[in-house]
Amino acid sequence: MTTIPNIDSAAGEAALDSELKALIADVLGLDPAQAAAFGPESGLFGHLPELDSMAVAGLLTEMEDRLGIVIEDDDVDGEMLETYGGLLAFARAKLNPR
Amino acid sequence: MIFTWNHPGPDGGSPSEELLVAFDRGRTVRVLVCPAWFDEANKLRRFTIEVMRRLDAAGIDTLLPDLPGCNESLAPLEDQTLASWRAGMAAAGEALGATHVLAIRAGALVAPASLPGWHYTAQTGPKLLRGMIRARTIAAREAGMAETSEGLMAQGRESGLVLGGWPIGAAMFRELETAEPALAPGQMDIAQSMVGGPGLWLRAEPDEDAGQADRLAAIIVESIGNSAP
Repeated sequence: MTTIPNIDSAAGEAALDSELKALIADVLGLDPAQAAAFGPESGLFGHLPELDSMAVAGLLTEMEDRLGIVIEDDDVDGEMLETYGGLLAFARAKLNPR
Repeated sequence: MIFTWNHPGPDGGSPSEELLVAFDRGRTVRVLVCPAWFDEANKLRRFTIEVMRRLDAAGIDTLLPDLPGCNESLAPLEDQTLASWRAGMAAAGEALGATHVLAIRAGALVAPASLPGWHYTAQTGPKLLRGMIRARTIAAREAGMAETSEGLMAQGRESGLVLGGWPIGAAMFRELETAEPALAPGQMDIAQSMVGGPGLWLRAEPDEDAGQADRLAAIIVESIGNSAP
């Protein structure tokens, strides 16, 4: 499992970004290069037909495993799943709660 | 490729005819394949058969029975339990003369302990349930219904639950909450890192990967070679 020790640092942020992109590439069957092109506004759930509830569930469960976080029912909302930026912000907040 | 075998029936119940996909040429090494479950079964079906083709080419027989209640099986899925699936796989292994077992994902939960073999990226019962419950709560939310994981878990324990289209009985549900795969003597884990690339069960749409099938088959062939007398 990949661990992301210090999310405050730029290196940690980049590691989280690439881990999340790799995970989405795994779920959608994309080349890493395609996933690398994801930006904050790239649409996810509701924008990509293949990303149905079962696929999103798999994505979140894999995020728990790879990032070592626990995602509760209440965490999962439209905002977090709608764009890549939303998902990244959610993962960052989970790893670095204030 | 499609054959039948006779399930003697649980606890002296009526025998039934079950289907299996097999590469059966009466060779010495005969691998019983315990498939992945539910949604993962669909995503990994093609991969599973591709691995079997490669083992066939390497001179190894493979036998892939349906889990009772799945695919062509006439048994009702909601009546199945972890114990009935274990018994079904053990009966298949015996009836078909299996010498080894290849268990895929949650298939490791029902791999006969009497056979040496491999657990490919074994999945635990709690993780399997968690993923399926989560899919249901997300779908419910999209539909404007309020369902919580806790509520669904309680309902599943009490009266069973339909998850991702699969009716899972209460007994099976309760068993899965604590089910962990265990390696029996002569069995080894094969992690995804040994096969390389992303696991195909993660994929939103079923897919295949010839390289992964090549590598998993090669690991099995090598392992059999190492253990040959």
